[in-house]
Amino acid sequence: MTSANGRFKLILTLILALLLTALPVPEPIDSFRPDWVLLVLGYWCMALPYRVSIGYAWVTGLALDLLLGAPLGIHSLALSIVIYIIVMNHRLIRNISLWQQALIVGFLTMLNKLIIFWAEKLLFDISITPMYLWSILTTMLIWPWIFLILRKIRRQFAIR
Amino acid sequence: MKPIFATSTSLQLRLFLAVIASFSLIVFDSKFDSFSNVRLYLNTAVSPLIYAADIPSEMLKGVSNNVVSRRDLRKKVAEQKDQLFTQQVQLLEFKHLKQENKRLRALLNSPVHTDQRKLVAEIITVNSDPFSLQVVINKGAMEGVYIGQPVLNEQGVVGQIVDVAATYSRVLLISDISHGIPVRVQRNDIRAIANGGGELNSLNLPYMPHSTDIQVGDVLVTSGLGGVFPEGYPVATISEFTYQVGQPYAQVEAKPAVALERIRYVLLVWDNDDNASEGDPAIKDLDDVNEPQLETGKEKTL
Repeated sequence: MTSANGRFKLILTLILALLLTALPVPEPIDSFRPDWVLLVLGYWCMALPYRVSIGYAWVTGLALDLLLGAPLGIHSLALSIVIYIIVMNHRLIRNISLWQQALIVGFLTMLNKLIIFWAEKLLFDISITPMYLWSILTTMLIWPWIFLILRKIRRQFAIR
Repeated sequence: MKPIFATSTSLQLRLFLAVIASFSLIVFDSKFDSFSNVRLYLNTAVSPLIYAADIPSEMLKGVSNNVVSRRDLRKKVAEQKDQLFTQQVQLLEFKHLKQENKRLRALLNSPVHTDQRKLVAEIITVNSDPFSLQVVINKGAMEGVYIGQPVLNEQGVVGQIVDVAATYSRVLLISDISHGIPVRVQRNDIRAIANGGGELNSLNLPYMPHSTDIQVGDVLVTSGLGGVFPEGYPVATISEFTYQVGQPYAQVEAKPAVALERIRYVLLVWDNDDNASEGDPAIKDLDDVNEPQLETGKEKTL
């Protein structure tokens, strides 16, 4: 009973992250938008690696592709690989301080973005701009807060 | 509750499966047309999220519509009355010309242009893939929108539909890097392909010899040759024509006629079925002698 309940709340946080990704913001701050989906999914995979892992990542990535109008499969690919790294190292990531975690999250965001860029580069003749990478910084800065909020949610509702 | 030892082999297997699935999706999605049917259902599944993301900006729009001052409104009404009056007068003339054109075309045995079905759609503001230039509109398969449908507005060509869901669809703008549109110069009927430059307000015309009679300021209109866009709508104006010695072709840049960063309403146009197959075969054959290989260019057929 609690397990089904927990799953609903977990999926709700993911949907919220997807919404924040699709939300339109003014052009100047658009490139500073944190990678909400990676943050939320990353937290759940670190906290509950036996429940949330590559399956969740793949489906969420597919939803992201549909939402953003990207070629299908691109975000699924990138998120699956990044989440694999998190789940493999979840013990290490859990036991380091928040700012060290933020550094790792920053690195993983960059990996995520580069995989997306490379995959799209295979399909279209696109080029990368420095603006594309600015959101790595905001994602890093916002990680401690996301971590604390989601931990509170996890403990409050006893999602295991 | 949980296994004490991580099942890492199973995790690697799962990653392997996910990567294989992603790659096959990427290939299926971009190479096979039949996959668009599956996309329709998947898109429809995420449509609540699209509409939910649009709520804040809709609310802002509502607020800003409510706080317009009375004086501004009156001024606006007066302006629009003036505009309506002049346009009505122009319309009288236009009707006459249309009749005359129809008669002349009939005399020449050319196919007569008939009115097309049109539908106004509004832009839904959502964030989209940073590598492609697209907008989402609030009309979808339920209204008969189809992939490859031309999208226009009052200034000219906006783009074409690349993705359809039941209640919304996605428009690829003409300046997207993967978009190409067959055009002709209004002044002298030189034909070309205008490819998207990847930035919102840039198009380029590849493979133009430096002796081509194209000048800065020339207006490009759709040539209707690709079979996607109707003929004669403004696409862009030439903003740069440079030729460097040693280069095989001139560098020709154009600026879209539509202010693509400010579109709010667009017009969807349906091809008339009885008219679609005919086209202008005689004219096409004459013109194709120039550079036939260009016509197969980058016209995106999805």
